[in-house]
Amino acid sequence: MNTNMAVCIAVIAKENYPLYIRSVPTQNELKFHYTVHTSLDVVEEKISAVGKALGDQRELYLGLLYPTEDYKMFRKLHNSFTDVMCNPFHNPGDTIQSKAFDGIVSGMMVQTA
Amino acid sequence: MADEAPFQLLHSEVIQYIYKSAEGETESGRNVTKLENIGFRVGQGLIERLTKDTARFKDELDIMKFICKDFWTCVFKKQIDNLRTNHQGIYVLQDNKFGLLSHLSVGKQYLEHAPKYLAFTCGLVRGALSNLGVKSIVTSEVSVMPSYSKKQTAEFIKLHRDSGDTNQN
Repeated sequence: MNTNMAVCIAVIAKENYPLYIRSVPTQNELKFHYTVHTSLDVVEEKISAVGKALGDQRELYLGLLYPTEDYKMFRKLHNSFTDVMCNPFHNPGDTIQSKAFDGIVSGMMVQTA
Repeated sequence: MADEAPFQLLHSEVIQYIYKSAEGETESGRNVTKLENIGFRVGQGLIERLTKDTARFKDELDIMKFICKDFWTCVFKKQIDNLRTNHQGIYVLQDNKFGLLSHLSVGKQYLEHAPKYLAFTCGLVRGALSNLGVKSIVTSEVSVMPSYSKKQTAEFIKLHRDSGDTNQN
C-alpha cells in the first residue's frame, strides 16, 4: 500500500499551460495552483543546469521537492500520459479529459470522505 | 520481411484512398499536405511511447541521433544510413533503401510520384520532433543513384530548424 499520497497533480504542456490539474478539495486550493506555477521555475532551472547529462532515468523526474518514493508515482503518471497522447481522439494541446487518466490520478491522491 | 508488409501495404492504401477521394479536384498539393498531417499526428504519439523510458536528451544533435537510430528502427526496421549536419540547424538524413519506396520500380518514370510516398514520413519526423520540443520543417528528396552495379534509390530528408522566435505568441 502506497503511503505517499498526492494532494495535487498537474500536467503542464511545453507551452506552460495546464493540460490537467486536480487537487484535493480544501480551502487552500489556490495555494496548490501557485505552487504548481512556482515549481515550473524550479523545473526550468534544473533543465538549464543539465549540461552534463547523467543519462539516468531519474533525469526525467528531476526529483524536485521530495525525491525517492514519489518516483513510482511519477512513472505511473507518465505512462498514463503516454496512453493519452496515443489516443487518436485526443488532440495534443487540448486539456486531458480521459477517464482512465482520471482513474490513475484518483488512485494517487489523498482520499477525502 | 513479414512485419514490414502490413505497414507498407496500409501506407499505400492510405495514399490511394486520399487521392481517390479527391478525384475531380485539381492536384493542388493538398493531398500531400493531408498525408503529412497524418504522419505528424502519428509521430507525436509514437515518440511519446518511445521516449517514455529514455534519458533526457542533451541537445538537438542527440535528438537527431535518436531519430536516426531508435525511431527509424522502430518504424522501418533499420537505421538511417547517413546523417549530415551543418551544425546550424540543417540536418540531412539519408536512407539508401527506403522501405516505403521499395515497391516502386527503379527508374525515372516514377520519380514524380515519389513525394506522395514520402509525405507521411516527413510528417512522422516533424511530429516526433515537435513533441520533443523542436520546431522544424521537414522536406524530402529522392534520387536514383547509378553507383555500384545496381541502381539504388536514396532518400534525403532535410530538416530546417524553425528559428522563428521573433514572433512570440
